[in-house]
Amino acid sequence: MSKSTTQARPLSPHLQIYRFTPTMAMSIAHRITGTALYFGILLFALWLLAAASSREQFDFVNGLFGSIIGRIVIFGYSWVLIHHMLGGIRHLIWDTIHGLEKETSRRLAIANLIGSILVTLIIWGGAWAIRGGL
Amino acid sequence: MADMRTPLNKVRGLGSARGGTEHFWRQRLTAVSNIPLIIFFIGFVAAYSGSSYEEIRAALAQPVSALLMGLAFVSVLYHMRLGMQVIIEDYVHGEGWKIALILLNTFFPVIVGAIALYSLLRIAFGG
Repeated sequence: MSKSTTQARPLSPHLQIYRFTPTMAMSIAHRITGTALYFGILLFALWLLAAASSREQFDFVNGLFGSIIGRIVIFGYSWVLIHHMLGGIRHLIWDTIHGLEKETSRRLAIANLIGSILVTLIIWGGAWAIRGGL
Repeated sequence: MADMRTPLNKVRGLGSARGGTEHFWRQRLTAVSNIPLIIFFIGFVAAYSGSSYEEIRAALAQPVSALLMGLAFVSVLYHMRLGMQVIIEDYVHGEGWKIALILLNTFFPVIVGAIALYSLLRIAFGG
């Protein structure tokens, strides 16, 4: 009787025991991107506030966004946003009980990542081509 | 003592999580409304990146832009509040911390929304 309570009991398997798969990576990526977007939207609200306040404030905030770091943040934010949106569309497809098969869901996860990179590059490439610079 | 309530009675209305399926449904509802609004938002930001003060104010003062931008903020803020609530419930187990973060999770989107809508109205009405 006492043996069963003192003996090291087997623990239920946790994350580290599973082989990491694309669907797992995109699952946690959906949460991480969602969290980044959650805080990042404040930057756009402040940008609008600066536009509503005065030219000086707008030029200051717009100057920050126009800097190299600012451009990297906006480019990154747009990628994260598109990744989360495509991931969300994947979830909406699953809600209709489609695309849940092992191979299909794996392909959807990979398509989510590749699609988000391609769409982001197309948008900023298009903006660059039309405006002749970012 | 045996629970005399039927399974149907337990899930009717609020259910065991005191929230029913309303949270799930609103997450999906705002996910769908976010899609066209985010496409507009990304297009707007990409099109007007690097524009001058006058150009951006004129663009935001257009009725369609002002309305779509306002709707985008409302839809996205509601959606992100629902999503963050799930993350808090999944990872924060201390009751005090959980309640504090759930409170902040309402205050933050409301503050961001107030800033955005106030700014949009001020630009649209030429303040």
